[in-house]
Amino acid sequence: MVTKIMIVGVGGQGTLLASRVIGNAVTAEGYDVKVSEVHGMSQRGGSVVTYVKYGDKVYSPIVVEGEADIVLAFESLEALRWSHYLKDGGQMIVNTQEIDPMPVITGAEKYPEEILEQLEMRNINVTAVDALTIAEGLGNAKAVNVVLLGVLAKHSNIAKEKWVEAVRSTVPAKFLELNLAAFEAGYTAAY
Amino acid sequence: MKKLMLGNAAIARGAYEAGVTVVSSYPGTPSTEITEFASKYEEIYCEWATNEKVAVEVATGAAITGARALSAMKHVGMNVAADPMFTASYTGVNGGLVIVVADDPGMHSSQNEQDSRNYAKASKLPMLEPADSGECKAFVKTAYELSERFDTPVIIRLTTRVAHSQSLVEEESRTEVGVRDYSKNIAKNVMMPAMAKGRHVFVEQRMKDIAAYAETSELNKIEYNSKKIGIITSGIAYQYAKEAAPDASFLKLGMVYPLPEKKIQEFAQNVEQVYVIEELDPFLEEFCRSIGVKVIGKEKFTLLGEYTPELIRAGMENRAPQQFEAAKVPVRPPVMCPGCPHRGIFYVLNKLNLHVSGDIGCYTLGAAAPLKAIDVCVCMGASISGLHGMEKANGRGFGKKAVAVIGDSTFMHSGITGLIDIVYNKGASTVMILDNAITGMTGHQPNPTTGYTIRGEETRRVDMELLAKAIGVERVRVVDPFDVEEVEKVVREETEADEPSVIIARRPCALLKFVDYGKPCEIDTDACKGCKMCMKIGCPAITFADGKAKIDPTQCNGCGLCMNICKFGAIKKEQ
Repeated sequence: MVTKIMIVGVGGQGTLLASRVIGNAVTAEGYDVKVSEVHGMSQRGGSVVTYVKYGDKVYSPIVVEGEADIVLAFESLEALRWSHYLKDGGQMIVNTQEIDPMPVITGAEKYPEEILEQLEMRNINVTAVDALTIAEGLGNAKAVNVVLLGVLAKHSNIAKEKWVEAVRSTVPAKFLELNLAAFEAGYTAAY
Repeated sequence: MKKLMLGNAAIARGAYEAGVTVVSSYPGTPSTEITEFASKYEEIYCEWATNEKVAVEVATGAAITGARALSAMKHVGMNVAADPMFTASYTGVNGGLVIVVADDPGMHSSQNEQDSRNYAKASKLPMLEPADSGECKAFVKTAYELSERFDTPVIIRLTTRVAHSQSLVEEESRTEVGVRDYSKNIAKNVMMPAMAKGRHVFVEQRMKDIAAYAETSELNKIEYNSKKIGIITSGIAYQYAKEAAPDASFLKLGMVYPLPEKKIQEFAQNVEQVYVIEELDPFLEEFCRSIGVKVIGKEKFTLLGEYTPELIRAGMENRAPQQFEAAKVPVRPPVMCPGCPHRGIFYVLNKLNLHVSGDIGCYTLGAAAPLKAIDVCVCMGASISGLHGMEKANGRGFGKKAVAVIGDSTFMHSGITGLIDIVYNKGASTVMILDNAITGMTGHQPNPTTGYTIRGEETRRVDMELLAKAIGVERVRVVDPFDVEEVEKVVREETEADEPSVIIARRPCALLKFVDYGKPCEIDTDACKGCKMCMKIGCPAITFADGKAKIDPTQCNGCGLCMNICKFGAIKKEQ
């Protein structure tokens, strides 16, 4: 059995750090793990996706359409874009934050409406969280990524302490307190 | 305990454990972190070289005089480094020399999709290809043994999904191998025709010897399972194929050049049907065919982009890859960041409707809508030399409507030679150097214009104004890219001038930690006339709704460029 998680969002939102925390949490559980990241040009405000796969033995580091167990979406439109990667009955965790892509900014296209409704129409479970408001409540909008990790943790079969330990070992020391609070807030907000 | 490690970090770890003492590289996605991680080991001298050719020359000099040395680059960097590499193949080494090349199938962050395995064959160098982080570390150590045993540089080839994937690695301690004795050996190390002729004989024999080694090496592993299907593969394609066809037999090639003829034949004889699964070129496939082994390859699997397990399954089952219904949503291409200093420049170039000869870096994003300000982009440094060619072909009239645009690091890499060419050959082009105080796209590496080394130590800074003047450019101007009126005035003046000119647009990258523009900008909705002028700069923080511009405070970093564009004073900022 291999668990397949995708973290999707907009370059600059901190998806890379999130994937590393997940990777460290599942490594501590003794699983074989692969985390596939995105660097370089695609990080500059583009649509980004990273994969985390863990289980007894993991070969390919990537996830293909229709097989993801969980998609953790940092942005609403990106949740919709990658939703067909979820398997039937898979779990979508979506941050309700909206960031307009350039074709919307230039007026060439419209930002999709009723994204949550569109997601609900698929055969998947949808959990929506306003992680931006939670992060801003903690005083730093940049903590969105760790708030979302808290939500993911609640949906995982890995003990909370292991997650907290992974956050500790992955985030920079000077932001540790903020990130622990963000994790807790996300964990509590999850349902 | 095993540690989760990026493929690139594992390459650096392997170099550390192998006793490497010199690393010289130029950054390039997806190879950059190799050298960044190597620089964290105090025992290794590490540097960002000015370009890949310089880097491989530094590493070659170190190896010939006895050190274990490494140079890492992206695939197109190997084109730049090819000159020393092809002849270092003849001199061979003393201390081991490993050249790491990271290909980018799928072009996540590259201008082409070249397959660097062809370089191994062309330069007559052995090439290893790891398939995960554990192999990255192990293969580097093996590469040093092979390098010294067979007197050859060794290439290690990565692809993006190996370089930028994390998997588990067992750390071991470093073996101090020291620096070997060096003694002058003209016949071996001075590649003039007489000596090179002798060395070519050596090279041909060496490759035969390594091919013999490949037959029995642990690097090339056969995993027999069901003998109905046998798969010959290497690198990341092995991982995809294992997932796609878990019951098949595998010949996993850890050394992709030279290839083990007998081992391949033996494997093919023991299975009913042989597939070759490899991304990009039919490199393994053509070898198999050349030795009379019947294989199924590129007739089923594409030459383009990255593979997936599903793509391989589909190819083997003679069907199209399974597709799930995707939602119809707008694309989200990469964009210049909010606060990016390049934005003001491209706004002006677009407004003046100039031809723009572009280059490699974040500023290539100036080609995207709505700025659409770049005509041509080929390779590192080509903006300047390419513009010179345009002007010589089309006359000075064309030159007056054209500029080259290049970043500070790219100018150091290979822009200088083009600029000298313009001066020497009586050109009159205008070259804009966008100096954002860092190598941006690859993730903030210092370069010779920043005054800092890879470890953040202060060093002499190359003064680009003085440099331009020293090579004969008399018209050198410095502008602030946010002052769009001044930029426009200067660009008009310099393109009009009938002699070479350099405009340095200086402002640090918005992502640098010390850049702080304070509070985000805000729209005064009473003053906003809805003219959409501010939309023309293509800032991701500015959107338009209900007839007015709107600024997303979570995106905006308060740079204030839009305030300089708005004619109605409708954009404000709390001080």
